[in-house]
Amino acid sequence: MELVISITVFVLAAFVGFEVITKVPPTLHTPLMSGSNAISGVTIIGALIVAGKADSTLGEVLAFVAVTMAMINVIGGFLVTDRMLEMFKKKER
Amino acid sequence: MSQELSALIYLVAAALFIFGLKRLSSPATARSGNQLAAAGMAIAIIVTLTNSGISAWTIIAGIIVGSGVGAYLARTVEMTGMPELVAAFNGFGGGASVMVASAEYLQNPDPAVQTIVTIALSVVIGAITFSGSFMAWGKLNGKLPGQPFGYPAQKLIDPLIVATIVFLGVMLVLDVGGSFVLWTLLVLGLVLGVTRVIPIGGADMPVVISLLNAFSGVAASMAGFVINENALIISGALVGASGLILTNIMVKAMNRSIANVLFAAFGGADSTGQGGTTSDKPVKAASAEDVAITMGYARSVIVVPGYGLAVAQAQHVLRELADLLEAKGVDVRYAIHPVAGRMPGHMNVLLAEADVSYDKLFALEDINGDFPRTDVALIVGANDVVNPAARDDETSPIFGMPILDVDFATTSVVIKRSLSPGFAGIDNPLFYNENNLMLFGDAKAAMQELVKAVAEL
Repeated sequence: MELVISITVFVLAAFVGFEVITKVPPTLHTPLMSGSNAISGVTIIGALIVAGKADSTLGEVLAFVAVTMAMINVIGGFLVTDRMLEMFKKKER
Repeated sequence: MSQELSALIYLVAAALFIFGLKRLSSPATARSGNQLAAAGMAIAIIVTLTNSGISAWTIIAGIIVGSGVGAYLARTVEMTGMPELVAAFNGFGGGASVMVASAEYLQNPDPAVQTIVTIALSVVIGAITFSGSFMAWGKLNGKLPGQPFGYPAQKLIDPLIVATIVFLGVMLVLDVGGSFVLWTLLVLGLVLGVTRVIPIGGADMPVVISLLNAFSGVAASMAGFVINENALIISGALVGASGLILTNIMVKAMNRSIANVLFAAFGGADSTGQGGTTSDKPVKAASAEDVAITMGYARSVIVVPGYGLAVAQAQHVLRELADLLEAKGVDVRYAIHPVAGRMPGHMNVLLAEADVSYDKLFALEDINGDFPRTDVALIVGANDVVNPAARDDETSPIFGMPILDVDFATTSVVIKRSLSPGFAGIDNPLFYNENNLMLFGDAKAAMQELVKAVAEL
C-alpha cells in the first residue's frame, strides 16, 4: 500500500509540474532549468538521512559523497539562478 | 520531532517549491520565486538535521565542502558557460541519488521486493544522469570533441547494455546474486550514460541537457521512493516534468524527434555531404555606413541574435547599437529562436547580462507575424534559424524547422564572416535575396563599426 501511495503522490506532482511549468515564458527557460535543478537537489534530505544512520566505513564514504554532491547541486543551483534572475530587469524609459 | 510533524514540514517545503516555480511565470516575480524555493529547501534541510542530528562527520564535512564548491562555481561561472554548469549540477544531482540508494542498500541489504526495485531504478537512472551529464559537460566546454562520434557496433552495444540491465533487475527482484548484482547495475548505468551521449553532436546538447535535467528529477523521485519520503517524490516529479517540457520544446524547435536526436548522430554525415556548396548567385555586400543609414532612418528594427554573437562576446556592443538607435526614435526589439543558444533560454540570459530590458525580448511565435511590418531585420551570428529553405524548400534537410521570417522584413541585414553555410552545412538562400544586405566581418568588429557609423549620422 505504501508503494501505491508513493506512486499516487508522484503522478499527481507530475501533473502539477506540467501545469505550473508550461506557464514559464521562454525568456526564463535557463533560470527555470537551473532552479529546478537546485530543487532536484532535494536528494540532500535522503543523503542526510542515510548519513545519520551509516554504520560502516563504506556507508560513511557513500553518505559523505552523497551529501557533498547534493549540497553542490542545491547551493550552486539556487545561487546561480539568483545571479541570473537579478540581471533580468525592465528598463524604465 | 515526531514523524508526523516533520512530514508536515516537508510538505510545506514542497509547497514552497511549487509556489516558487509558479512565480517563474514572469521575470518580474521570478527572483522572489527562486528565493521562496531556496527557503523551502532550507526548511527541509533544517528539519532533517534536527531529526537525524549533525553529529556524524560525514554530514558536517559534506555540507561544508558541498556548499563551498557550489557557491564557488555559481559565483565564478561566465554566462556563456551556463550550459556546462547546469550539466555538471545535473550530474551531481544524479550522483547523489545513486549514493543515497547505495548507502540505503548497504544498511539494509535484504529489503522487500518493492524497495529493491526502487533502489535499482534509483541507482541506474542516477548513474546514467551522472555519467551522461559529465559527458555533456565535456562536450560543451570543449574538453571532449563536439562532433558526433559513431562507431560500428554502436547500434548493438546500447541495446545489449539495456537488456543486461533489465535481466539483472529481474535477478534482483527474484533475490538471486546478492549485492554483486546491484553494483553491476551501477557500473552498467555509468557506461550507458557515456555510450548514449558520446554519439550526439555538440549542436544537439540543448536537448541532451534538458533530457538529463528530467532524468535528475526522476532520480531524485526514485531516491524518495527508496527512503519513503514524499518531499523527494514531489520535488523530483516537478523537475522531471520541467525537463520533459523543455526537451519537447527544443526538439520541436529543431524539427526533430527525441529518438532522432538520441540515435541519429546528426551533424557528422550531413555536414560533410553538403558542406561548402555556396552558389554563384550575386549577393549585395554593404558597408557599415550603408547599414547604419538603413537602420538609423528606419521606424522599426528587429534584431535576431544567434550563438555566434555570444561567441564573439558582442552582446554589449549590440546593446550600445540598440541604445543609439532608440535615441533616434527607432523601435528596437529582439527575436529569440528557441535554439538560439546552447541551452533553452540561453540567449535571453546573455542579453539580460548585457542590460537589455526583458520586455524587448520576444519568442518566435510572439514576433514572427511582425516581420512584414518591420523595416530592418538585423541578423547577428545566426544562420539556420533564419533560413527560408526550412519554410519553402521541401527538399531541404531542415524543411519544417520553425524559422524567424526575416526575409519578410523590408530589408534584412546579415552580419557574417563569409557566405559559408552554418552548423548544419546547409546553404542559406536568404543571402541572395534582393532585399538582403551582407555586412561581412567578425560580429564584434562589425557591430563596433556600426555603432560608430550610427553615432555619426
